[in-house]
Amino acid sequence: MPWMSPLARIRDALAGQRARDKDLRNLVSNLPYEGLDKWKQPNRHFRNNGIKTTKYSVLFFIPMNLFEQFHRLANLYFVGLAILNFVPVVQAFEPEVALIPICVILALTAIKDAWEDFRRYKSDKKLNRLPCFVYSSKEKCFVEKRWKDVRVGDFVKVESNDIVPADLLLLYTSDPNGVCHIETANLDGETNLKQRRAVPGVCITVSNTDILLIIHAVIRTGCLGFSHPDLVLKQHLVYLKGGCTVRNTGYAVGFVVYAGHETKAMLNNNGPRYKRSRLERRLNIDVIFCILLLFTMCIIGSLGHYLWLESMPSVPLYLVPQTDGHLDTPSLSSFYKFFSMIILLQVLIPISLYVSIELVKIGQIYFITNDLDLYDEETDATIQCKALNITEDLGQIQYIFSDKTGTLTENKMVFRRCSIMGREYPHKENECVRRALKMYIYKIKILMFTKSLPPNQQETEVILDQKLLRQIRGTEKIDAYQDFFLALAICNTVVVSMATAKRLRSNPLDTLSSLVRRAGSWTRLRAPITSETSANDLTTQGQSVNQTGGQTCSLHVPPQGTAPAVPAGKLCYEAESPDEAALVHTAKAYGFVLMSRTPDSVTVQLPSGAQLRFEVLDTLSFDSNRKRMSVLVRHPISKQCILYTKGADYAIMELLETPYGEKQQKAIASDTQQHLDCYAKEGLRTLCIAKKVLCDGEYESWAVQRQHALAAMDNREQLIMDSAVQIETNLCLLGATGVEDRLQDSVPDTVMTLREAGIQVWVLTGDKPETAVNIGYACRLLEQDDLVINMSCKSKVRSLISNSQRKFPLYPEVRRYSEDPRNVDTTPDISLVIDGRTLTMLMSPDLRDRFVDLARHCRSVLCCRVTPLQKSEVVKLIREKLKVMTLAVGDGANDVNMIQAADIGVGISGQEGMQAVMASDFAISRFKHLKKLLLVHGHWCYSRLANMIIYFFYKNAANVNLLFWYQFFCGFTANAMIDHWLMIFFNLLFTSVPPIMFGIMDKDVSAEMLLGLPELYRTGQGKGEYSFFTFWISMLDAFYQSLVAFFIPYFTYRGSDIDIYAFGTPLNTISLFTILLHLSIEIKAWTIVHVFIILGSVTLYFIVTLAYGVRYLNYSGYWTLQAQMVDPMFYLVCLISTVIALLPRYLFHVLKNSITCSPIVEARHLDTLEPSTRDQWIKEWRSFRGRVQDKTSDVSASPPSELKPTQSSSELNIRLGLVLFCHI
Amino acid sequence: MDSNYIENQEVENRPDNTAFTQQRLPAWQPILSAGIVIPLFVLVGLAFIGIGVALFVTSRNLHVLEMDYTGVEKTSPCFSCSDPIKQKNCKCSLSFELDKLFEGPVFFYYGLTNYFQNQRAYGVSKDYNQLSGDLDYFTFFFSIVPDSTCKPYRYDVNNKPIVPCGSLANSMFNDTFNLYQMKNGVKEEVPLDGKGISWWTDYNIKYRNPSVNPLRNAFNGTVKPLYWSKPAYELDPTDTANNGFINQDFLVWMRRSALPNFRKLYRRITDGLPAGNYSLEISYNYPVIAFDGKKKVAFSNVSWMGGKNEFLGIAYLVIGSLCLVMSVVMLIIYHWRNSSPDAN
Repeated sequence: MPWMSPLARIRDALAGQRARDKDLRNLVSNLPYEGLDKWKQPNRHFRNNGIKTTKYSVLFFIPMNLFEQFHRLANLYFVGLAILNFVPVVQAFEPEVALIPICVILALTAIKDAWEDFRRYKSDKKLNRLPCFVYSSKEKCFVEKRWKDVRVGDFVKVESNDIVPADLLLLYTSDPNGVCHIETANLDGETNLKQRRAVPGVCITVSNTDILLIIHAVIRTGCLGFSHPDLVLKQHLVYLKGGCTVRNTGYAVGFVVYAGHETKAMLNNNGPRYKRSRLERRLNIDVIFCILLLFTMCIIGSLGHYLWLESMPSVPLYLVPQTDGHLDTPSLSSFYKFFSMIILLQVLIPISLYVSIELVKIGQIYFITNDLDLYDEETDATIQCKALNITEDLGQIQYIFSDKTGTLTENKMVFRRCSIMGREYPHKENECVRRALKMYIYKIKILMFTKSLPPNQQETEVILDQKLLRQIRGTEKIDAYQDFFLALAICNTVVVSMATAKRLRSNPLDTLSSLVRRAGSWTRLRAPITSETSANDLTTQGQSVNQTGGQTCSLHVPPQGTAPAVPAGKLCYEAESPDEAALVHTAKAYGFVLMSRTPDSVTVQLPSGAQLRFEVLDTLSFDSNRKRMSVLVRHPISKQCILYTKGADYAIMELLETPYGEKQQKAIASDTQQHLDCYAKEGLRTLCIAKKVLCDGEYESWAVQRQHALAAMDNREQLIMDSAVQIETNLCLLGATGVEDRLQDSVPDTVMTLREAGIQVWVLTGDKPETAVNIGYACRLLEQDDLVINMSCKSKVRSLISNSQRKFPLYPEVRRYSEDPRNVDTTPDISLVIDGRTLTMLMSPDLRDRFVDLARHCRSVLCCRVTPLQKSEVVKLIREKLKVMTLAVGDGANDVNMIQAADIGVGISGQEGMQAVMASDFAISRFKHLKKLLLVHGHWCYSRLANMIIYFFYKNAANVNLLFWYQFFCGFTANAMIDHWLMIFFNLLFTSVPPIMFGIMDKDVSAEMLLGLPELYRTGQGKGEYSFFTFWISMLDAFYQSLVAFFIPYFTYRGSDIDIYAFGTPLNTISLFTILLHLSIEIKAWTIVHVFIILGSVTLYFIVTLAYGVRYLNYSGYWTLQAQMVDPMFYLVCLISTVIALLPRYLFHVLKNSITCSPIVEARHLDTLEPSTRDQWIKEWRSFRGRVQDKTSDVSASPPSELKPTQSSSELNIRLGLVLFCHI
Repeated sequence: MDSNYIENQEVENRPDNTAFTQQRLPAWQPILSAGIVIPLFVLVGLAFIGIGVALFVTSRNLHVLEMDYTGVEKTSPCFSCSDPIKQKNCKCSLSFELDKLFEGPVFFYYGLTNYFQNQRAYGVSKDYNQLSGDLDYFTFFFSIVPDSTCKPYRYDVNNKPIVPCGSLANSMFNDTFNLYQMKNGVKEEVPLDGKGISWWTDYNIKYRNPSVNPLRNAFNGTVKPLYWSKPAYELDPTDTANNGFINQDFLVWMRRSALPNFRKLYRRITDGLPAGNYSLEISYNYPVIAFDGKKKVAFSNVSWMGGKNEFLGIAYLVIGSLCLVMSVVMLIIYHWRNSSPDAN
């Protein structure tokens, strides 16, 4: 390396820093500088492609890990105490002994961290060693290098099915059109192919064929920058993101722009989010209480020591003076004793609690992920728990915010109806065939014992409407119909791909299509024309149509000869949204087959067999503001410029041409609108299709503007949108489609159950109100008897509503209604339907309080046409204003905001990629899984953890208080009557496992009961079992028990010749038995594991204590337990102390179980019955309650007294009545 | 092959269907309600009353004779000795009378009150290695031995190591007692048995004398503890085997008492004390006035439950009866709940 002055180095480093910080990157190709040393490389400031995600290095692991761990206040506290113990004047233990617990805990955490880091290291190494091809100017070809050696400014070649090593500027692909297909499954889980196009400037200026030329051309221009004038790079630059996979393309060449940690993939990789559960927040408050308690005890000890010293007339023999023979003054000595006391009583603040909670949560997650009921066979997916520390929050949910599409519904779109030029084609056969097919498939399933059919098959087939077929065949208005289907085929972003061998999933497509055929013939209906993805299949389909129907054959020219672009390979449609896929499949079924799509052109095969290649002039992609997308094409024959637009009905209807006097257009529009309303009522998703023919001049002027927008440096998004809005005017309506999105399995049941569990379910959807309301009724979110308040406003009205008028006329009435005590049970349930615009108004600061107040009184709320941002705003509003636990569930990218805003985000891994799942805390595959996840696992996790934590506080307090009471008898000198090692073992060994097991495995009520009586869920909502009250009760209990455990032996041995450790042994034993038996009282369900662990702990105590007593000569309690165990008094003292200590808690439980009517207790009573009787009870109870609900939903005519159960007075009904009354 | 593959793929992520993973282990769910608890309470109550009666009766049959000899009051025979200014080797005698035979074996204790042997600093002030007979810990060795915990009773003013070092040994109780029975005006000494009054493990395992014969040689170059009148190897002039660290009185003292008011075993009187007049001669050395302490002697029988203590028996009786009462209450609750559910 040549010499370089330090100043120059610093200057260089600063320059590098500036270069990295700049938004604008000036990059130079590395090729001219190849072989030069590092200081002359132009891109040396940018990071290379090596990835290092490990936190530690081998050398510095221990200091770094310790540093990391000491960020936890608790650890710091305990280390501080351990260090304090090395100061001789305040010493309470042998210094080494005090180090053990903190060392054990630090070591355990360190081992865990080391293991995780090692795994990261291994995966980094694997990634860094992956091969890739980098162009070398010396070799004049691409040479193989490792990923980590790739630098910014290199030219990298990525072959098909290889992963892109860094963020590349795509320069060239082997595809003649400069297109590269990529799959981003590694980044966001989306498996559909996306097209990327090479930088057009490069492709245009140099010959496309010779790759070397391209590279040299770039080199000639010298600098490849965003704003360099020589290159036409003002187009939207196309990156290949590092981490995605190149598919269906021979190879692609790119220029490395961002490498290593600067790639988008790494920047977005924030690692797991840390959420703190509500219980943990509450817990920290109690820890502070414990600290206060500890300080109080220490101050008492310190004061006591002072008084003790002061009370002595002169220096007795037993006081040990300092080395110089002088005693410290009482005040100084008691000051020291304060710290000794902290060391002695430190266990009061449960050091192992945090570790134990983590262990418990790991155990709970193990059980959740292993639940068969949460396993979906169709997708072979179990529930994924991404957040490890909020399991107990699942048991406290009060509000659920749900997406509709893909969450409540399958998001597998089936084309159901369409309206073209004002005429409706209902596709009636569609439904019957599907039903029949379903049944048939079901039967086959049973016969063949196959688990499931591949999920994609049922929705791609479309049954043709005969009337429509005749229309297309006929000559009348052929243009409009053709335009409609052409629009369906063209106006989308569906990528056509030939499935390469690697991408072929194991879908048994052949068996499937034959099955469908058989289904068709079996039902004796017209043969379904399945838009199966194989061209061969299509022919066989055509033939089968020939045989059975014979009517459609003219439309289906076998495509063998006429399809040069489509070889025998399978034709796959890769759509970003299932709606688009459904529409393209529909077009295909009617003969308008989308053959291929490149950024420049779309090829569509007409029913006649002719292929039309449309030149794509522009694609105005979908955004949630415009709610529509358009494709601008040039017709190959007429050379007309045509804009096809597809979008939400209100987004299109507003933009229609308003021809004066042309009644026909108006009629079509109004007819279509009628049809749309009708579709929406049926719950179909509606889309309008429109077109617009542009004259060339119009296009030219617009295109210039568009170019400006695309090239704009700032405010680009807005400009692009504006340009799109500009051209999407004066549209001509072609028609509308209705696509069905079926409800998922048992969604109504789940919604009902969740509501019975006291959870408010809100649905936030982007669909139009009619669709949403329809789905709302279908999934029983809304009931027929409900009072539905519909709030919507037109945009034009918005400005008219002044502040003073912004009131809910209904609001006072609602409040009066629900606050009237007579009406508590009889108010009809109120439901609220709000649309996006109204919601925006309601979210304004002056109205939000009233909105929240109103929403609180509603049983269910439905928000329609909301944007992703609004979704999260609603969640935040409710969460913050009402201080409730919220859960958001969704499946798409538009739900990510909401999922992150809620306390718990649940992602549904469905059709719309994985973005929701990636952002979520729990990922499930079906909405119905939410039921068991919340009602059973949530309840269990919460009650387990809450009880475990309370028990933990109790345990430590009960144990430590023994030491505290002893201080009154040893002059407050911070001495312990139990050997220090045994004290350490007591917490680390003897009593650590049972609470963890309790936290993982206890079951207060069985899963069947929890599912059968959703009301039980309410016990966890709000404060639940872990509250201020329960905490202090158990602390008081701990004080009482320690008093008993200390003073019974004290009075027994008082005045005798017992020595310290002989006195401490029964105390410790009593404490152990009390603590373990206390847990035994708390354990609700004993399994073999419980028995084993409890007995094991007792055995371990005796074995360790006995062995320890034999082994260590200089142990003060040498042979003590042995001596005690031959003394009958030891057993008698232990027996009575344990009994007295536990008597109150035992009685409390007995009385609670016998007298009170807590629903949990009732459920536990039911639980002990035979399963069959129990189920019978649940059933009767449900039907009984159903009747009561019916009564309550009748308008307030019936007085509440009639609600009393009037059934026969068998015990069953009484119990059920009790349960009911506990809830009312 | 295809179908095989599918099947494999399908079950790939399927959780195991075992009772453990599905949380369906057979479980016993006890519900602590009145019905189940009543028999339990009756049983426990009866058993406790039984134990209580046994303990109470046993305790009643034990006798204790306890006498204070601190000499704070002027009437006390030891009043003259209690003044700390008085010279050493003060003797006083207590006389007492027994109406009837004090059955043997009688345990003879001395007791101290307000004496905190259980402080931490006091308790750790000793050198285990020294006491286990390790000669290396007898001599001065670069401020390492004897153990620094012995401070300030580690070296004397001449920097000679103290053996046994430490506060605990230093403060050893040094009053001695002789018991005489007055038979027709003649004092007849009652034989006191001082063997085996310490813990077996202390005497045989934990504490050892250095294996040097004679024992005195082991203590060359060391000094006796500050407050001791005799060096360790001369603690018992009557029995050479009862000297050094395995002297019974020393062992008894070294086993620290748990509570500030305690007794320690002094001697045993195997045959018991027949009725009559006795005189206890005390050589009064140990100062207790400094901390408001009391010195006592006590004669007591012991049984399987140790010395006389009625507390435990009464506790058992009370809790046993409480259980019975509660079972009756439970019965009432249970009855009430069963017969009138409509009350809810």
